Formats: sequence, C-alpha cells, structure tokens
Amino acid sequence: MNRLLVEKISRSFGGVQALDDVSFVVEPGTIHGLIGPNGAGKTTLINILSGLLPPSAGRMSYKDRDLHRLAVHQMAAIGIARTFQNIRLFPRMSCLENVQAGQHLTSRRSLVPRLLQLPSARHEDRRLYKKAMETLARVGLDDKAHYQSRNLSYGERRRLEIARALSLNPSLLLLDEPVAGMRQGEAAVVADLLRSLCREGMTILLIEHNMSFVMSLCSCVTVLNFGRVITTGSPTDVRACREVVEAYLGAGEPHA
Amino acid sequence: MNLLLQQLINGLFIGSVYGLFAVGYTLVFGVLDMLNLAHAAIFTLGGLIALWLVENAGFSIWLAFPLTTVVAGVLGLLLNQVAFAPLRKRSDSQFSGLISSIAMAIIFEAAALGLFGARSVRFPVGTVAVHAWQIGGITITSLQVGIVCVAALLMVILTLFIGRTRTGKAIRAVGESERTATVLGINVNGIIAFTFFVSSALGGAAGILFGLYFNNLTPDMGRSIELKGLAVIILGGMGSIPGAILGGLAFGLSEVLTVAISGTSNLRDAVAFGVLFAILLIRPSGLLGRGKTREA
Amino acid sequence: MDYLLQFYAIYGSVINFIGINALLGLSLNVTLAAGMLSLGNAAFAGLGGYTAGILSLHYKLPYAVSLAGGACTAGIVALIIGLPVLRLRGVFLAMATLAFGEVVRLAAVNLNITGGAEGLTGIPQATTTWTIYLVLAGAAYFIAVLRRSRLGWGLMSMREDETAAGSLGIHITYYKVVAFVVGAMLAGLAGGLYAHLNYLITPRDFGFFIAVDLLTYNIVGGIGVWYGPILGAATLTALPEVLRGVGVTAGPIRMGINGLILLLVILFLPNGLASLFSGKRSAAVKAATG
Repeated sequence: MNRLLVEKISRSFGGVQALDDVSFVVEPGTIHGLIGPNGAGKTTLINILSGLLPPSAGRMSYKDRDLHRLAVHQMAAIGIARTFQNIRLFPRMSCLENVQAGQHLTSRRSLVPRLLQLPSARHEDRRLYKKAMETLARVGLDDKAHYQSRNLSYGERRRLEIARALSLNPSLLLLDEPVAGMRQGEAAVVADLLRSLCREGMTILLIEHNMSFVMSLCSCVTVLNFGRVITTGSPTDVRACREVVEAYLGAGEPHA
Repeated sequence: MNLLLQQLINGLFIGSVYGLFAVGYTLVFGVLDMLNLAHAAIFTLGGLIALWLVENAGFSIWLAFPLTTVVAGVLGLLLNQVAFAPLRKRSDSQFSGLISSIAMAIIFEAAALGLFGARSVRFPVGTVAVHAWQIGGITITSLQVGIVCVAALLMVILTLFIGRTRTGKAIRAVGESERTATVLGINVNGIIAFTFFVSSALGGAAGILFGLYFNNLTPDMGRSIELKGLAVIILGGMGSIPGAILGGLAFGLSEVLTVAISGTSNLRDAVAFGVLFAILLIRPSGLLGRGKTREA
Repeated sequence: MDYLLQFYAIYGSVINFIGINALLGLSLNVTLAAGMLSLGNAAFAGLGGYTAGILSLHYKLPYAVSLAGGACTAGIVALIIGLPVLRLRGVFLAMATLAFGEVVRLAAVNLNITGGAEGLTGIPQATTTWTIYLVLAGAAYFIAVLRRSRLGWGLMSMREDETAAGSLGIHITYYKVVAFVVGAMLAGLAGGLYAHLNYLITPRDFGFFIAVDLLTYNIVGGIGVWYGPILGAATLTALPEVLRGVGVTAGPIRMGINGLILLLVILFLPNGLASLFSGKRSAAVKAATG
C-alpha cells in the first residue's frame, strides 16, 4: 500500500528537541496537510522523511517498506520526491534543463550508445525532451522553457521546483510551502494541479501557512507545535480544536 | 640530550615564523571563509622591500621593519579592493575569491621578479648585530632570539587586539555572521579591509624575519612556505588564531625533528604533508578550529 | 606547404605542449564540472607519467601498454584515496588534494626507482604530435558525450546544488568517485604521453604550480563546456610565444600578463572565454539536443 506511516519520530539537535514522538498516517491518494506555527518542526520532519536527516528515534515506512537509514537518493528511488522551503533550483540551468536534470531516475542516457551515435540515443533524447515539456506545461511554464531559472518570478520558481520533482515520476510528493509568496490566483492554479495529481493516484504531504489553501485542499491535516503533534484530523475538526487555536494565538502556557 | 634541546630551540624558532605567517592566513579565513593564496606573495614582497630599504635607502632594520610591514598592509588593502571585494556578492564567492587570489599572487610574484630580479639576494652584513650565546652546549644566536621575540610580540598584540578591543570584537562578529554584523551597525566593508591590512602586514613581517634568518631571498621564496602555511592552519584549525600559533610551532618542531631523526631532509616535507592529509581526513577542523562555517 | 613545415619546425614543441596541457585541462574539467575543487590532477599525471616511463624503460613494454598502465595506476590510486577524500568540501578538498600532490612529488624526488630529483631519463621518445592530438580528440569527444549522458547530467546537477541533486535520486558519493577516477585516468594518460615526449620526466613537471595551471586553463577557458579547458590551455600555452613574437620577452611581464588575464576573467567573464561563443548558440538548439 502506498501508505506513509510515521511512528513516534523524534529528533533532537544538541539540547533542542525539534520533534517529539510525532506519529500520523498519510493515506494513499490523499493530500495531507502539515501545519503549525513557525519553528514547530515541520521542515525538520520533511527533511527526515526525505532522508536528509536521520531521526533520533522512531520509525517510518512507505509502501510497507522501512525507511530507516535510507540515503537521500534511495528515498527518491522508491518514489519520494520533494521540494524545498527556500527553493533549491539549479540556477545556471534553464527551466527545461532543471526538469531534464530531474529525469535522472526515469532516463537511461547511456554512454555507449551516445559514443557510437546510435539512433536509440537520439530517440531517448527526444522522448525525454517531450516529457520535460509536458511536465513544464502541467505547471504552466512551457512558454518559459528556455528562460534561466534564476530569472523567473518567485511563484514561477516554486512551480518549476514542483515540475522538477514530478519528473521523478514519484508516488509520494513532499512539498515544503509550495505556494508561499504566491498571489491568490497563482495558488489556486497550484491547488488545481495538486488535485489533478491526486486524482491520478499521487499521495501528497504538504507544509503550508496559507490556511485557506490547506483547508480547501487537504482531506486530512496534522498540526505540529513545539515538535509535538497536537491533533490529526479533517480540516473541520482541526479548525474546531481548541488546542490548535491556542497554538496559533498563543493563549495559555506552551507545553514543557 | 643537548642535540635534542638544540633541535627544539631551532624548531621553536622556525615555528614562530611559520606561526606568524599562518596567523595572517587564518585571520582572513576566519573573517571571510576565503583562502587568500596571495598571502605568500606578500610575504615575499615583504622580505624584498625591507631588503631594498636597508640596502638602497640606507635605512636601519629597525626602521625598515615597521615601514615595510605597513607597506605590506597597504598591499593587502589593494588586494582586497581589486580581488576580493568585487566578488563578495557572488554565490560562489569562496571559489572565485580563491581564483582571484591566485591571479593576484601571480601578479605580485611577477612584480617581485621584475623589480628585484631573479637571483637570490641577502641582507647586507651588519644589518643585524649577531651575538651567539652558549648555554650548556646549546647555541642560541641573538638573531634567533630577536626573531622569536618579534614574532611572539606581534602575535600577542594581535590576540589581545582581537579579544579586547572594539574593532577586534567587530572582526569576530563579521566572522560569525556578516548579516548580523551589518544589522548591529558594524561597517563590514571597513572591517574586512582592515583585516586584510593586518593580515598582510603580518605576512610581510614574517617575510622579513624569514629573510633575515635564512639570509637568502628570492622572488619565489613564498612558494616553499605557502603550502606549509596551509598545512599549519589546517593543523591548528582554520579560523583560529591560537591554533595558527600552536600549529606553526608544532609544524616547525616536527620539521626539525624529522630531519634530526631521519638524518636527511628528504622525508621532512613528505611527513609534513602526509600528516596534513591524515588530519584532513580524520579531523578537518584541526586542533582548535571551528567545526561550522560562517553564515552569510 | 613549406611554410607549414617551417612553422612546425619552430613551434612544434609549443603545439605538443598545447595538446598535452589541453588534455590535462580536460581531465580536471570532469571533477570541476561536478563542483569538486580537486587539485590533484597534476599528481595523477605524474603518477601516470612515471609509471608509463618505468614500464617502458625498465620493463621494455610496448608504448600503448605503458600508457594504459600509467592511466590505470592513476585510476587505482584515485579510487583508493577518493573515498575518504571526497567527503571533504570546497577548500578542504582542494587542500587535501594539494597535500596528496606534494606527497607524490616528494616520493618521486626521494625514491630510486623514479630517478630522484633528476627524474627519469632515457624514456623512448614514442609520442608524436599526431598521438597527442588523436588522444586529445578522443578525450574531447568522450567528455562532450559524457556531459549529455546520465552521469554528466548528474555531475552538473551536483555542481549547481548538491542537496537538491541528491533529492533527485543522484548517488552523490558514487558519482563523485567516478568523476574523480575518470579525471585521474585522463591525467595519467596525459602524463604518460608527456613522459615519452622528451626522454624524461622530472618531479618539477607536476608540482603545485602545474596543479594551479590546470585550474587556470579551466577558469580562463570556461568550466561549463567541453571545449573550455582546451581553449584555456591553448590560449595560456601559446600566449608566451605570441608575446615573444611581438617583442615582449621579459619573463616577469609575461608572467604578469598571465595573472592579469586570470584576474580579468574571474572578475568580468566568470564563465570563461567559452561563454563568448556559447551565447551565440540558440537556446532552443541547446535544449533540443537534450
């Protein structure tokens, strides 16, 4: 099953407990939101789920496979793709090239046929080019395919990062603030994109601060505060949860 | 026993010159996270300029030394202005700064070659009055003592400066985080320029001391010390001034002892670089260095 | 025709050196294109050169076998030190490889089998200009194709952003080692060619300054394209001759100009001379060739 299981994940940095006993389940084919005030540990969790950071304790599994001690590239190989909070595009490459770079796992681009100038190499290049342009079109950037990625607007760069993540052919997408800094209209376009991906079977876990975006898009939401899960549930339940309101508005003492 | 002690003295002596040289290197690295490979060229120019002042302008070494040190500092300012400052905004500033310093090193060395000629030169006899003392079978010359004292004095002054004065604190602040330093009202550009001044002045001073001792100055004398300086700051920990001083002493001692033990000077450098290599693999932060790199 | 022969008679050695330097520059390009600041290729060239020279001189092996032996030795050493060394980043990697280079050079100076400081002499002079340029052409083609292969894309991604590259499934450590070994083997091959060029090879031929030279060829020519290092090597190797031709014979001035070029390039043309040409290629063509 394409289910993502997060069990009692903890992570400390020196004396700081960034994550404490975090557990939740992301059902396959759903869009799951991860929200919480700044510093709640959301990005740390994504970093752990994508293999960038090892957990101090706890287990996680995807597709019934234990993700313990998998390296970043191995996570990608089993179908987990991600975007980054501060956007890590390849600055000197064009949009198209960024996406083509992302085709690493879905391409062969073998050396020998290329050295021998075999037609199979050219066929593959054309196939990859087409696929890359389709992915760009999907995020609405096909008209800017040859623009240098560093010349795009902030929102366009976020969309490009999603496109690059998609070119991995992932089954689980981890998005860290995919619509941060976007206008309402642009965010709505991304929401539509994510919904259509979801309909095709993609599982999505996203971090966001844009509440209307999260509430209208996600079927399930997990709320973190100070590294702990406050609650997991449907958007309506979460909105009504008193602790969540307190976490955001700061009423009451923080947990020890 | 005497021989060992003698070697220790020699090692201490050459180590203090290495330390002085390395301190300049590590100062720039600590503040900018950049390696200034033109440092060795300024070291060379320091020695040569001092020699010129003594020989052709008739200055006494006591005047030529501080004067040349200041000139070396000015060269450092020039270096910063031309080669480092324009590149600071770039995303790959560490790399391009390195290349830039290589370019300036070539230019400086070419200048040294052009102005002073390729043959080796030496300080005129009598530049420094030399006495030798015998203490229980060990020979120490006044020159050695003088050099160690000057080097030690400079390093102590620098350490106190960095630790106690406002400018010193500003330097440390910029070394931690440039952005925070700016927010605190520190004139970052000025501090960086000042750091280059001090670093190059020390490098030039080291060159003069080196030239006085070995009494053999050539336009490429910086070459032999350049890699050793790198080894010293790795050993001591990049960005750490006490580390550079300790590293320099340790390096000087190990050099001298290797020669003494093996009987030849062949293995000396190989052992040094082998140790450097090993340290980089085992503990790149060196003996006293900072583990993390500085924030933007 | 006569003119060409005359030209070759005078400038033959420069032409040879351009070829070898271009090959060395290319060997460094493999690792630089991946964002690794390894400065050990001069040492690998030395390893390859000495090995090939010893194989030819003492064991009387055929030329091609000696060259292969040199390249393979360099590759094996690269594999051994690569795994620990390549964990280092940026300046630390540069220093580790420089230290390695010094150790190799000092070994060459001190061992008997390498002829000590005088070097290895009496190596059969088997390299011709044709050999050099044939190998160069082959290497250039190989590198150009490599850039468009899966490995090449992976290396370029690593250079841009290693963290992001990892998240795309690129096995960073493995690719770094591969790039390092390929670069080392090319350098070893160049070293072997060099050793058989002028009867001898000395430790001075591949010291710290040669290592810096290789970096300079790449910076001046441009790291991003396969012909960058070739362009850089040709320019900087030929420059002293050109200057001599127009009457600038003073060593210091030629040296100063070298430094000045490097400075101007890094300040104003950071992608090297090659960026002057690649700007003309239409971006569409570039992307369509995938």
